[in-house]
Amino acid sequence: MSLAALQKAVARALMQPLTGDERMQRIGPRGEKMRAYAARYIKPNDRLTSFERLEIYNRQYWFRVLASMAEDFPGLRSVLGGQRFESMCKAYLAECPSRSFTLRNLGARLETWLRNNPSWIRNRRVLALDMVRLEWADIQAFDGLAKPAFRSEDLCELEAVNLQLGIQPYVQLLELHYPVDDLLLEVKHGDETLDFASNAVQERRKRSKVRAVATLEPAQIFLAVHRLDFAVYFRRIEPEDFFLLTALRSGKSIERAVELAFRKSAVPAADRAAFVQHSFQTWATLGWFCRPGEKVRGENPREKSKDTDHG
Amino acid sequence: MPANRFNNFTDYGIGIGLRAPHYDHILTRKPVVDWFEIISENFMIDGGRPLHILDRILEQYRVVQHGVSMYFGSAGRTDREHLRRLKDLVKRTGTPWVSDHLCWGSVDGRYTHDLLPMPYTFEAAKITAQKIREVRDFLEVPVAVENVSSYAEYHVSEMTEWEFLNEVVERADCGILLDVNNIYVSSRNHNFDPLTYINSVPADRVAQIHIAGHSKFHKYTLDTHDHPVIDPVWKLYDRAIRRAGHTATLLEWDDSIPSFQEVHDEALKANRFLAETQLGVAV
Repeated sequence: MSLAALQKAVARALMQPLTGDERMQRIGPRGEKMRAYAARYIKPNDRLTSFERLEIYNRQYWFRVLASMAEDFPGLRSVLGGQRFESMCKAYLAECPSRSFTLRNLGARLETWLRNNPSWIRNRRVLALDMVRLEWADIQAFDGLAKPAFRSEDLCELEAVNLQLGIQPYVQLLELHYPVDDLLLEVKHGDETLDFASNAVQERRKRSKVRAVATLEPAQIFLAVHRLDFAVYFRRIEPEDFFLLTALRSGKSIERAVELAFRKSAVPAADRAAFVQHSFQTWATLGWFCRPGEKVRGENPREKSKDTDHG
Repeated sequence: MPANRFNNFTDYGIGIGLRAPHYDHILTRKPVVDWFEIISENFMIDGGRPLHILDRILEQYRVVQHGVSMYFGSAGRTDREHLRRLKDLVKRTGTPWVSDHLCWGSVDGRYTHDLLPMPYTFEAAKITAQKIREVRDFLEVPVAVENVSSYAEYHVSEMTEWEFLNEVVERADCGILLDVNNIYVSSRNHNFDPLTYINSVPADRVAQIHIAGHSKFHKYTLDTHDHPVIDPVWKLYDRAIRRAGHTATLLEWDDSIPSFQEVHDEALKANRFLAETQLGVAV
């Protein structure tokens, strides 16, 4: 048997979902009994059958990827509930296994997958999708590329006509239908202190999270997920800010971006210059501007790093 | 002997793995540590805090890169994006050598994120050696391969694990990151004498040594990196450095990580054995 054939056969078995009680399934990848399947490739020893040896890897695989999803999407877990979240993750990972060399990217396709498989989020579809988008933006903002910040001297090198500005790749812009930023911060704050909490406190927190999800009212918000001093922040911005930043990022000139930002705005025409000036000052202070230019590698980073060494 | 072409003729002492819970301690207290080993993949990113921390560490310490997902033994092609990012990091850290595992873990672009044991066949040795050469030539630094701990063996194997290791490193002309804890764990799971393994390793290819703790279960032993090093593993370490000489040694502690001081103290226990080897090397 070739190396490639053996690896395909073993990978197929160990990536097969576990049973409800977290054991390896009795039926193998092609409807064959797993005992026979395992015995064909794996040697038994004096303590473990071939099935049991393969099962160690099968369980390790699922424990690792499920732990990674739980770590990356605590907000979605709160929205769906623990059990449903885990079932959803199993279904997602069965269809969308990792295609990256690091676990960072494990949830990269989750939003699209949920849109195509809405039954997993049927009761809270919009809320769940908002939360997934925010949590993925959080990951991207954490370790996304920061280009050199735009300096006033750089203006001299840019064309006066159709003047453009770049937006830092790590800044993520979101239009959302629920205030999921508040919810996620509450969830994360609870998780941070769990280690020190008693069982009673944990139970109260759990109830509090459930209450927070249940009572969350829809409200359109615009968010910039960014980082400052290497910490990620969720910054609420005005709709005009959002459209302005989005237009600048897409390569529109400053003039055109401002025009687009105020197309449906309620801000009086007389106040718009001051509005734009204030926004630009704030963003410049936060370091969000960079030189416009070609997209560089990693502008949408896809890998997530974790300490995963077991070597 | 220890400063050899597989560790770029360096003479590193005892290091520990750089882990997030220790960042603050290291950056504020600046403890004396000979070198840190980083998990390459944790820093193969575009920006943010991890790279900022790494740069601050690099200002004061020597760093060696250790990877977990190159999968030299996977039958498929090497991930070019992975290689390119790894090379960027090599330039950043100035690592004298890079290491990764003698294992497989990806199939047709799907990643298991595990270190899966190789079938010990000549075909596998040939494919694996070819990939190690490819990676080394691309990175332009020496490569050392680490023996993994394993819980399964294949019917198709044509040789022992140590024979396979020798076959691969000879074909690839690469170094070895000898993990003595992994040898111990695998010896328990596969019923072989760990000393036979240690004695079969080509000592002149050992670039680095790993030590770690593990967990024993009823029917098998698991490589968990969450305990101190046990005496039988120290004995294997003693034998390994008597053969290979005073070799760069790294303690791995990846789960239930205690204080920096506790981890460092555990690593420094290796000094007992290293001091003895300086009196003379036995083969």
